[in-house]
Amino acid sequence: MNLKKYATTYVPVCNIDDLVPGRGACVLVEGRQVAVFRLPRGSVYAIGNHDPFSGANVLSRGIVGDLKGELVVASPIYKQHFSLVSGRCLEKPDVCVPVYPVRTLKGRIEVGSEPVPDGSRVA
Amino acid sequence: MARQKLVVIGNGMVGQKFLEAIVEAGGDFDITVFGEEPRAAYDRVHLSEYFTGRSADDLLLAPADFYAQHAINLKLGVKATAIDREARTVTGSDGSSVPYDHLVLATGSFPFVPPVPGHDRAHVHVYRTIEDLDAIRASAASARTGVVIGGGLLGLEAAKALRDLGIETNVVEFAPRLMAVQIDEGGGAMLRRKIEALGVYVHTNRNTKEIVDGEAARHRLNFADGTVLECDMLVFSAGIRPQDALAKASGVEVGPRGGIVVDDQCRTSDPSIYAIGECALWSGRIYGLVAPGYEMAKAAAQQIMALPDAALFQGADMSTKLKLMGVDVASIGDAHAQTPGAKSYAWIDEPNGVYKRIVVSSDNKRLLGAVLVGEASDYGTLLQVMLNGVALPAQPESMILPATDGKSSAGIGVDALPDTAQICSCNAVSKRELCKAVREGAHTVAALKDCTKAGTTCGGCVPLVTQVMNSELKKLGVEVKKDLCEHFAHTRQELYHLVRVGKLKTFDEVRNKHGVGLGCDICKPTIGSILASCWNDYVLKDEHAGLQDSNDHVLANIQKDGTYSVVPRIPGGEVTPDGLLAIATVAKKYDLYTKITGGQRIDLFGARLEQLPLIWEELIAAGFESGHAYGKSLRTVKSCVGSTWCRFGVQDSVGMAILIENRYKGLRAPHKLKMAVSGCTRECAEAQSKDVGVIATEKGWNLYVCGNGGMKPRHAELLASDLDDVTLLRYIDRFYMFYIRTADRLQRTSTWRDNLEGGLDYLKQVIIEDSLGIGAELEAEMALVIGTYQDEWRTTVEDPVKRARFRAFLNSDAADDNVVFVRERGQVRPASADEKAPVAAVKEEA
Repeated sequence: MNLKKYATTYVPVCNIDDLVPGRGACVLVEGRQVAVFRLPRGSVYAIGNHDPFSGANVLSRGIVGDLKGELVVASPIYKQHFSLVSGRCLEKPDVCVPVYPVRTLKGRIEVGSEPVPDGSRVA
Repeated sequence: MARQKLVVIGNGMVGQKFLEAIVEAGGDFDITVFGEEPRAAYDRVHLSEYFTGRSADDLLLAPADFYAQHAINLKLGVKATAIDREARTVTGSDGSSVPYDHLVLATGSFPFVPPVPGHDRAHVHVYRTIEDLDAIRASAASARTGVVIGGGLLGLEAAKALRDLGIETNVVEFAPRLMAVQIDEGGGAMLRRKIEALGVYVHTNRNTKEIVDGEAARHRLNFADGTVLECDMLVFSAGIRPQDALAKASGVEVGPRGGIVVDDQCRTSDPSIYAIGECALWSGRIYGLVAPGYEMAKAAAQQIMALPDAALFQGADMSTKLKLMGVDVASIGDAHAQTPGAKSYAWIDEPNGVYKRIVVSSDNKRLLGAVLVGEASDYGTLLQVMLNGVALPAQPESMILPATDGKSSAGIGVDALPDTAQICSCNAVSKRELCKAVREGAHTVAALKDCTKAGTTCGGCVPLVTQVMNSELKKLGVEVKKDLCEHFAHTRQELYHLVRVGKLKTFDEVRNKHGVGLGCDICKPTIGSILASCWNDYVLKDEHAGLQDSNDHVLANIQKDGTYSVVPRIPGGEVTPDGLLAIATVAKKYDLYTKITGGQRIDLFGARLEQLPLIWEELIAAGFESGHAYGKSLRTVKSCVGSTWCRFGVQDSVGMAILIENRYKGLRAPHKLKMAVSGCTRECAEAQSKDVGVIATEKGWNLYVCGNGGMKPRHAELLASDLDDVTLLRYIDRFYMFYIRTADRLQRTSTWRDNLEGGLDYLKQVIIEDSLGIGAELEAEMALVIGTYQDEWRTTVEDPVKRARFRAFLNSDAADDNVVFVRERGQVRPASADEKAPVAAVKEEA
């Protein structure tokens, strides 16, 4: 992910061990609900928690996995898949959820205070 | 032009089929039907089920409103007493006179009772109508022993009925063997051995001379050879005679030995009068089976409607396959090798009670006939090979010999059958029609059954239908793809087997051995469920937590706004006032919307994620456990109040429901499981709409399986009757574990059953007769699940680490401000988007 095109402030949100491998949880970042996922090998992804199809804040509670090589979470309400990398909905590509920059420092997970601008997302 | 008047005399199976043929083809007639019996047409083929749980209403062939819906004037309990062919009227026993343009005689047959002295004594019966069965049942109440005279197809059915009534049963046959018409000596001997093993005494070569008072029992039969047999009740089943008296009296031609003479159009000597079914004599023959009767009904209907290209009746193949007291018996074509030069091959497996014989032409090229006893799965293929004159393999015996490499017998592939081969004879569906349906998109047996009706009557052709479908799919290049998902090139059944046999305990182990990638929302929950069914670990253990559907992951049911509903288990629907108070207290404290469920429990809505452990804690303290409303697992066991309170109840249905619910709670399966227990046949718990339903009888419990309510309702089927408690639980253990072992992902028991090759009979063999020898294994697997049950709510609230995960935000104690309730009828409900909008607007300004 190219993060150099814009400035971001990272906010510490939780410890990596607060997350079960292969699952997500929700954190608040300056009033925004962000779904943070820990994959089995330790990498961490963050997208908006709001499910645009149901209108509920639930994406952090979905099942994560990969479909044709793309990392995804399935919404627990109507089961659409969202890419953890681009935020794009696989079933309806014109629907996107925000993607947040995220990093792990000494076991602390930090999330960017602003979503990644649309243009800078890695396709 | 006035509508033509159509009168049908007789409302049996064939008469009913005729009406349906007229209705389906859009016939526009004034229809009057005379039915001598007090009820509309019922299924005489399955009459013996009247003693094993099916009521007279269950046996009815048509929905109650069929006659009204099609404006058919059905005169039940009215016998047609005369036909005036000049005036074209039929006179009824009610004094009515009904004019006709077309008259159809579907009067059927009556049981032949040989005129031996004593045949008219009390407690001597025939076996044809529901009234006959009622009389047999009444006799059985004061009888210990019974005799059926006649060892043919119907006689053995009657013997089964007596045995089901708990009567010590004897079969007396004049001929040297059972079913002498249909099967040969070797087959008859094997059938006799199998039936005797079931506790029925068979006496062949017996000519009954007279029936007199017995010494130790009510009757004594004196046979011509000097032997005697005593019994308390007697059923004659010595053949049928066509019911042709009315035709004869009105001058319609009948055969020298009875039967109304008809031509290929099923027309009698009077062109306005038709005769169909067992009363008709075609080409010197009476057909005593239902399928030829149906063909006649179709021919007559098309003729009367003057359809172009109307079907003709040109004789019927008398091959049959049936199950007599659980024994498969089939007869095809020239079963007695009477064709000049015919040769035969036979295979006898005494230990397993199997007899198979094929009769082939003198040049070894054509199949002429066959007899199968004890195992008749080759019936469909052999019948088609014979009917279509398919060339036989060089070694014809390969068609009946068991293959030694563990595969099924070599036989002849369906590809050898011509397109015209009639695969389903009950519903006249050809191979061509099946292939066409497959090409048009019916790619499952269930879909094929739906659109062609093949295999929906007796079910005997389903294995052949499946083969035709698979072969056609292969030709279409449709890969019959059964992979679970892109991560596992296996079916659910295969994965279940791999997990069991490989003793795999985690998703990672399964994936490393048999899959690729991270997994997805298809394979993770599926494997999570398989692991739970096999090993029954706590589902939120770290290695399993990621597999769980989001509901299982939080042990509650997510709602549209992201809040949850909580359902405590209320076994059998029995709850104390204190229990209700505790639930009410929790609901009030957390302001939960409260609703009674269809499964006799209470659903509490509107709980936030972070409230769940608090709510559970209070419910647990009051003695409640998780109701698993969120899982693909046992939901509820609904019950009626039963014999404890109800004046009609015959067993303690609530007690049994509680026992069952506590036994199977926590059991995870391919889909949810619902059960019910009714305390009497009034069935107030609606057990026949459940995956497993239990209905009390005077003697114990009847077990029903594979029912469903919901989107595609399906009545459950009777698996076993009058079970004691222990046997009931054993059969349910085996049934559930067999389902868990073999079902597809998210396949309810009803669809599983619809796709099960061999159908209910096969299920009975596996569960009751233990034909696969896995009964003990299935029971042990269930015992492990039962023995390792834990209340998931309790385990979770008692574990501080797990409990800490129930928070809206890992880094804040705030609540999700998108969850907004409004009040309606005194309780909360989620606010609609419109109702939320002002709140959001206010927030943005702030």
